[in-house]
Amino acid sequence: MRLDEQTRPDFPILQRIVNGHPLVYFDSGASSQKPRAVLEAMNRYYERSHANVHRSIHTLGEEATELYELARDSVQRFIGAASREEVVFTRGTTDGLGLIAETIGRTLAKGDEIVVTELEHHSNLIPWQLVARDRGAVLNAVPVLRDGTLDLDAFDRLLTRRTRVVAFAHVSNVLGTITPVTEIVRRARAVNALTVVDGAQAAPHLRLDMSSLECDFYVFSAHKMLGPTGIGVLYGRRAVLDSLEPGRGGSEMIKEVWIDHAQWNDLPWRFEPGTPPIAEAVGLSAGIEYLEKLGMDRVAEHERALTRQTLEGLARLPGVTVYGPPLPAERGAVVSFAVDGLHPHDVAALLDGEGIAVRAGHHCAMPLMRRLGVVGTSRATFSVFNSPDEVSLLLATVAGLRSAL
Amino acid sequence: MSPATPSAAHGLYSDVIRERWRRPRHRGDLPEANAVAEDRVRIMLAIEPEGRIAEARFVGDSCAICTASADVLADLIGGRSRNEAMALEVADVLAVLQAEIRPTRMRCVTLPFSVLAKALGVASATGHSRPAPGSRTQLQ
Repeated sequence: MRLDEQTRPDFPILQRIVNGHPLVYFDSGASSQKPRAVLEAMNRYYERSHANVHRSIHTLGEEATELYELARDSVQRFIGAASREEVVFTRGTTDGLGLIAETIGRTLAKGDEIVVTELEHHSNLIPWQLVARDRGAVLNAVPVLRDGTLDLDAFDRLLTRRTRVVAFAHVSNVLGTITPVTEIVRRARAVNALTVVDGAQAAPHLRLDMSSLECDFYVFSAHKMLGPTGIGVLYGRRAVLDSLEPGRGGSEMIKEVWIDHAQWNDLPWRFEPGTPPIAEAVGLSAGIEYLEKLGMDRVAEHERALTRQTLEGLARLPGVTVYGPPLPAERGAVVSFAVDGLHPHDVAALLDGEGIAVRAGHHCAMPLMRRLGVVGTSRATFSVFNSPDEVSLLLATVAGLRSAL
Repeated sequence: MSPATPSAAHGLYSDVIRERWRRPRHRGDLPEANAVAEDRVRIMLAIEPEGRIAEARFVGDSCAICTASADVLADLIGGRSRNEAMALEVADVLAVLQAEIRPTRMRCVTLPFSVLAKALGVASATGHSRPAPGSRTQLQ
């Protein structure tokens, strides 16, 4: 049985009729839909076990703590982290990248260098701009080549003995480019720079193994991988995480507190001040279990097939431009395209009229839009519940768009 | 594969918007005029010595709604004084567009207004008069 045939009954929202048509949801890259298992796990938690974690010495407090910490174990297993102490819960990718930028930022001196890439989502750019401004550091970006891949020769030229951080996306949220993480990490490590990987578009679609990627930090969100909004993960290699001062203060991240100083808690709680998103952790854990039951290799294969069908179909349409690495390069489950004479907003609105949800605009990647020479693109992204029939419908509808306005 | 033809996206693309987008009446450059560009929409004004807007034109890499809004706005300000033009409201353009503009697309309607406000500011700064040839003013 095809993956979508197996999964579609699990997603209640797919029953929605939108503008008179069955919903075709191609915007999982912005936020995926949720299987019933996730919704029920969160509901069950709130109906039976909710209390604050770690500090409540009563039955519900203990149950909530156990569920929250079990979610950490799920994440550790899912991403192949060496220990549970390496898994820090955040509010999402933006929060995690901001947290790690602030934390590393405190260790930077004037003239230190930060390297990002032109592919980055603003969430992996602006925090480093702020750090560079506050610390007097220098921010450089690896250029993107015509085929949508990174210019690694230029990257080599940007690496110096002052390079302290290299921050980059695993999968581009616009072009679908899969960056060579291990190679970038190897080169960064040669100059003793820390590596921060934005995995928001990779975690839902690729089998992850931190022990083989070998980056220092890896950041992603639950809500793009079938889980709820409001929670994300910051993976940090233990030795590096342990060497850092906490980025933000509050309860739970301390052991002892005096008026003028404090003693920090152990990992991972040192980086989790305040009441965490507990129900969301439960939901994330249920989402991970759902993906694991399907098998991430099968998930990746399914989404690769949909991506290929979309790329090949759009390439055959006159007046349609497709961005990003050409086939047969491996890509994430992301296809950005343009229709001649139509603004991306109009493309998205016309498709919405047929019940098809795609993203349109600059995708929080304005420097990349400038590099591509466009105001924005239309973008279809795929998840486990999308079907080849839905892709065929998208292709047929895009084919008729130019005569629709 | 037979191309499907999407319908008018449920009232969003009214006949006025479609007509103004296909055949804008005021699209194009206006030589020797004040010009203000923002988000790839540029509005050019030819202003009479006494301060009246003789003509307005726009160019832009904009969506259908923004294009229609700019075109209608250019219609409405032609022949008006600076103060009359400044007094125009978004509702005046919406009344012409006759479309169900959702909140997410309202910025497409309002964008030409903010460009116009800046353009009129520039016009005011240059003394309400048509600038000398070649003294094109542009704000980014």
